[in-house]
Amino acid sequence: MHMADALIAPAAAGTMYACSAAAAGISIKKVRLEDDPKKIPAMGVMGAFVFAAQMINFTIPGTGSSGHLCGGVLLTAILGPYAGFLTMIGVLLIQCLLFADGGLLALGCNIWNMAFYGCFIGGFLIWKQMMKNGISRGKIIFASVAACVVTLQLGAFSVTLETLASGVTELPFSVFAAAMQPIHLAIGLVEGAITAAVLLFVYEARPELIWTGEKGLRAGREGRLSFKNTMLALAAAAAVTAGGISLLASAYPDGLEWSIERITGSTELTASGPVHILAEKIQNATALLPDYMFRHTDAAAGTSVSGIVGGAAVILLCVLACYACRFFRKKEKHE
Amino acid sequence: MSRINQAIHDIHYLDEMAERDTGLCRIHPLAKVIVTIWYVALTVSFDKYNLTGLAGMCLYPVILMILGELPVRRALVQLRPVLLVVCLVGIANPFFDRNVLFFIAGIPVTGGVVSMLTLVFKALLAITASYLLIATTSIGNICAALRMLHVPKILVTLVMLIYRYIILMLKEAQRVTEAYSLRAPDEKGIRYKVWGTLAGQMLLRSMDRAQAVYESMSLRGFTGEYRLKGMDRDRGKSRWYAVFWCAALAGLRTFPLFEAVGRMLGM
Repeated sequence: MHMADALIAPAAAGTMYACSAAAAGISIKKVRLEDDPKKIPAMGVMGAFVFAAQMINFTIPGTGSSGHLCGGVLLTAILGPYAGFLTMIGVLLIQCLLFADGGLLALGCNIWNMAFYGCFIGGFLIWKQMMKNGISRGKIIFASVAACVVTLQLGAFSVTLETLASGVTELPFSVFAAAMQPIHLAIGLVEGAITAAVLLFVYEARPELIWTGEKGLRAGREGRLSFKNTMLALAAAAAVTAGGISLLASAYPDGLEWSIERITGSTELTASGPVHILAEKIQNATALLPDYMFRHTDAAAGTSVSGIVGGAAVILLCVLACYACRFFRKKEKHE
Repeated sequence: MSRINQAIHDIHYLDEMAERDTGLCRIHPLAKVIVTIWYVALTVSFDKYNLTGLAGMCLYPVILMILGELPVRRALVQLRPVLLVVCLVGIANPFFDRNVLFFIAGIPVTGGVVSMLTLVFKALLAITASYLLIATTSIGNICAALRMLHVPKILVTLVMLIYRYIILMLKEAQRVTEAYSLRAPDEKGIRYKVWGTLAGQMLLRSMDRAQAVYESMSLRGFTGEYRLKGMDRDRGKSRWYAVFWCAALAGLRTFPLFEAVGRMLGM
């Protein structure tokens, strides 16, 4: 969809340069406001990636032809619309200079037709709206395909208008549009499918890289599944269960106690031998919370504290056991 | 040669061309950028039937090709894909515009044919001018010229970074596709089942590389601006170059040189 210089009149080129410059100005301001020093190198490398990835031919099943990635939508889904737009400008400028893909004078048109629609219309009106209430595989597929189809249709329509406004073709508007729109519908569907496939892979492997439109929501899935957060959530759940719900614990004996009570008439067996007596003495001396209660008290708070302390002890034991397993496994590997 | 290989080769070739020590390469990049934009704007501003006036504009690329010692064949190779698109747009003109403008040896030439030829000729001249610029000026110097024209720093830095990493990424894409084609020799392109995995892996590696790039750039004192090397160009000559070509091209735009010469020769 790169327009050559010959297809555009200077007046139309100037107008489109002004429109693209305005969008670029806003984007530069927004990227500067983000004040993220890592962003610029990431934009540079991602621009080079899009450039290289567009050289790879992806076979379209059943047709024998091939398609390419949709750069604008992919960059928006990773970097966000403003940074994505600026990166696309860089890519288009280099394509124009090095490979004569689009002209210097038509650069303003190409930025508008490919970068503006792809990053702003596709990014804000489709991608962001879809991902507003959470991200999922289905949403990624739908948003990618819809964004690519809509933005390519808009881009192709703009090419038609810009060429006709420049007066370089005798084709009537309806004929030109009828030739441009259907072919770009097919291209949009294929590019959308490829973009969706790539974004799905990224979502599965590194979901924190996907831009969802909300500040801080970028790491949505990682936030739920990260080791630190998972451990904190488990600890909190253990504390609530042990400390809070244990207050509601049944006062009746458990299954084993019930069986013993039926046989001996008591829930606890009385020790008879000297070994048993010695063991009981040691247990009574060392137990922090005997029978799930504070020493010498029947307060319910004792049960709660017992639950919390017990939970912490169990978690600590599990963690230690896991680390021990890992240690021995590593040792085995080294051997 | 594969498409990726061709692209890598083209970039290296243009880099080598721009680094040569010819008179044209020594001209200040700002002068060349201004003259190129001026030339393209004047070229595309010709009326769709003004083929003879447009012919005068071919003096600029012809003179510069000779002075810059640039191979014509290489320039024409670059034109192929663009000419195809332009021809597709212009091919309809002869069918819709059937007004006879003049006769050549009794054969009527319609306005549609002339406008189609004008369109193709404009594309040819505009692309040749861009090629002349990039074949005699490195991307770094073009970026420096853009900074002088007050193009925002962030945009120029971005272009430089993309250019720096294009070769790296292209080589990675080449390795990936070669590895794939060796494992799937009967496949023409990348099979749909591995679209996501293949390009996705490349993307993730690129992101990791971006992190490494950022860290290494920070260690070297990167503060958000890519420092362009100083240009020790002959400013006096460059100024005259820009003034001469801007005036000459404006003259060619207003005065139909080829038509006048033809009349003088009694044609």
